[in-house]
Amino acid sequence: MVLLYIFTGVGAFAALLAAAFTKDPLFQFHSYIFLVAFVLGAGVMTAGVAYGKFRSEPTRYADGVIRAGVIATMFWAVVAMLVGVVIAAQLSWPTIFYFPEAGWLNFGRLRPLHTSGVIFAFGGNALIATSFWVVQRTCRARLAGGVAPWFVFWGYQLFIVLAATGYLAGITQSKEYAEPEWYVDLWLTVVWVAYLLVFLGTIWKRKEPHIYVANWFYLAFIITVAILHLVNNMALPVSLLHHRSYSLYSGVQDALVQWWYGHNAVGFFLTAGFLGMMYYFVPKRAERPVYSYRLSIVHFWSLIFIYIWAGPHHLHYTALPQWTQTLGATFSIMLWMPSWGGMINGLMTLSGAWDKLRTDPVIRMMVVALAFYGMSTFEGPLMSLREVNALSHYTDWTIGHVHSGALGWVGFISFGAVYCMVPWLWKKDRIFSNTLIEWHFWIATTGILLYIAAMWVSGIMEGLMWREYTPQGFLANSFVETVAAKHVENIIRTIGGLMYLSGAVIMSYNLWRTVRMPGHEAQPQGLASLPALAAAA
Amino acid sequence: MWTKHAKFERHSLWMIIGIVIVVSIGGLVEISPLFYLESTVEEVEGMRPYTPLELEGRDIYIREGCYTCHSQMIRPLRDEVERYGHYSLAAESMYDHPFQWGSKRTGPDLARVGGKYSDSWHKDHLTDPRSVVPESVMPPYAFLRDKDLDYREVQAKLSAMTKVGVPYTQDQIDHATDDLEAQADPFDSRATALKKRYGAKLAQRDFDGDPDRVTEMDALIAYLQMLGGLVDFRTYRAEAPENQR
Repeated sequence: MVLLYIFTGVGAFAALLAAAFTKDPLFQFHSYIFLVAFVLGAGVMTAGVAYGKFRSEPTRYADGVIRAGVIATMFWAVVAMLVGVVIAAQLSWPTIFYFPEAGWLNFGRLRPLHTSGVIFAFGGNALIATSFWVVQRTCRARLAGGVAPWFVFWGYQLFIVLAATGYLAGITQSKEYAEPEWYVDLWLTVVWVAYLLVFLGTIWKRKEPHIYVANWFYLAFIITVAILHLVNNMALPVSLLHHRSYSLYSGVQDALVQWWYGHNAVGFFLTAGFLGMMYYFVPKRAERPVYSYRLSIVHFWSLIFIYIWAGPHHLHYTALPQWTQTLGATFSIMLWMPSWGGMINGLMTLSGAWDKLRTDPVIRMMVVALAFYGMSTFEGPLMSLREVNALSHYTDWTIGHVHSGALGWVGFISFGAVYCMVPWLWKKDRIFSNTLIEWHFWIATTGILLYIAAMWVSGIMEGLMWREYTPQGFLANSFVETVAAKHVENIIRTIGGLMYLSGAVIMSYNLWRTVRMPGHEAQPQGLASLPALAAAA
Repeated sequence: MWTKHAKFERHSLWMIIGIVIVVSIGGLVEISPLFYLESTVEEVEGMRPYTPLELEGRDIYIREGCYTCHSQMIRPLRDEVERYGHYSLAAESMYDHPFQWGSKRTGPDLARVGGKYSDSWHKDHLTDPRSVVPESVMPPYAFLRDKDLDYREVQAKLSAMTKVGVPYTQDQIDHATDDLEAQADPFDSRATALKKRYGAKLAQRDFDGDPDRVTEMDALIAYLQMLGGLVDFRTYRAEAPENQR
């Protein structure tokens, strides 16, 4: 407690000094945000101590921070998807959705806001919240570290706010999905180490002899993301009072480090972490044990081993040496197998419970998530072949591919997990309305299909148009003709995205009504209620 | 055999060590050779570090997220070489911290856009893209024209670049502000010194047509106009064994 006071005090003082002495207005702006955050943190702690909120109850699970995580997940989901719809609309109707006097609303600044918002704000909060739930239940231990989980939660929100306001203000180091500048990266490192320690500390306290399979995946996600983050963000600030920094690597080396990071942000943030989620919530909801223990061992180790190699397929035909490209493509194709291992293990867990697909839209959502996971992990190796990549690279096909993974897999498995957790967390019998979940499912699924189909068409079309020749041997199309040709597909994409966003809004309403439903006195949520799953592993 | 796995499941430390080893191998094998294999970056004539004005322009290019829609990497495919020019070499981005190869072409590749259009075309296009390309979906950047370039830190930027490996001389760092102002004014008396420091392949003009001040538009156009023009392709032999990768 004293340590935390010293930490916030020193942090606030440093932020104040930085704000006072910098000549850089953008850096000053972020220093003030740090200052406000530290002062608020100290204030909340004082209030908490005064009202005795921080007494830990070692016999109960720590669920407050998970409730906060669920709220943050849904809030950021709606914000980030809304930004996505806006930038899709900008590409469809540039004369309506661009504002010449408001440069901070241009596509180039909103796009990182959308990608980081969905990956780190929505996905990250979903991962932190579910991992805190899963690790407690499968270890039969309360979260370690006292108030540390709350520090992780609020520290992570501060990271999101700094990143998001930074993008709008023009603070970026331009490495995709790693755009935040050096001081935000340092802050995230502190938060991430705290997250790792809370997670590990809980595992160390476990009353189960075995670590459940979901926790292997969460652990691999936390550790590898830390490595990726540190290596890719190695940069030298222009000065300690300036927001700008320059990467330690240049050109071809920087490109490979970046895509080693970028591909494994997909592999470990968006795959391993969410597989951890899948390994708890699918069996739990289906009330069936995980299909194959051996398959989970094989596909866990092979997935994390092979994923790391696949980065160079983002750089086919570039100035990257060809041996690296070939190696990357080879491992990308091998990656197909462990990916489908995970899909099969998830789907076959429903053996004997397939009838639930008809009645339970939540389990249907998670099954469709696994189907999209299988689809996009088949499409990925296909696109990593040099010949296919020559056509697909730089086109909308890539955008469609990531969205079948992000909307289909990441989005649906998270929504499924949140639909499971909300009644448990707020001690209700059920979700407020099953009909609304049905609506959410069908609107969002149709939205995804519209989105990816439009991107397949526009991506392959523009790829073919770029390389089209007239019989005389001249290029057939100017670049802007290929832009104009995509107008209809861009509109369909916007509609698909809007439908997916509507689903998330419906879900938020449904969850809000669930929380407001009259509660029931649930069975005691003490440590005694051990999930049958830990044994089933 | 499967019971052996219990060691990992029962001891979190073994699990962590296993994960760290397994995820490190791929990166070490693929990435580290790029730092010592000499064949990774070709030997070319003509590459030089960015001038201070170009560097500030590049920072604006990064700030505005131009890389989200424009690549700077021409692939050795027939249509790309005919559309954009000679395929990109690794040497051409060796002073790029970070690289700007991009991953998406919502707009065309910019690796060799330098010299393709006039300064005033760029100014009109950046101010209102649809005034010159009606079908364009690019955002308008009129505000660059009205905003004075903040180059108080340009010297610190050059010296930070030196620390990460860009070969700026002490002379270039000391005169960064002079050089920046000189490049944006065609009648500036410091031009000779600027060209002595950075070579003759350098555009020294009033890029935005506003002679009274140095704007962000000046810097961005100066950067765009030098893209892809440094390497002397008359002396570059693509078929030479040392350039085969």
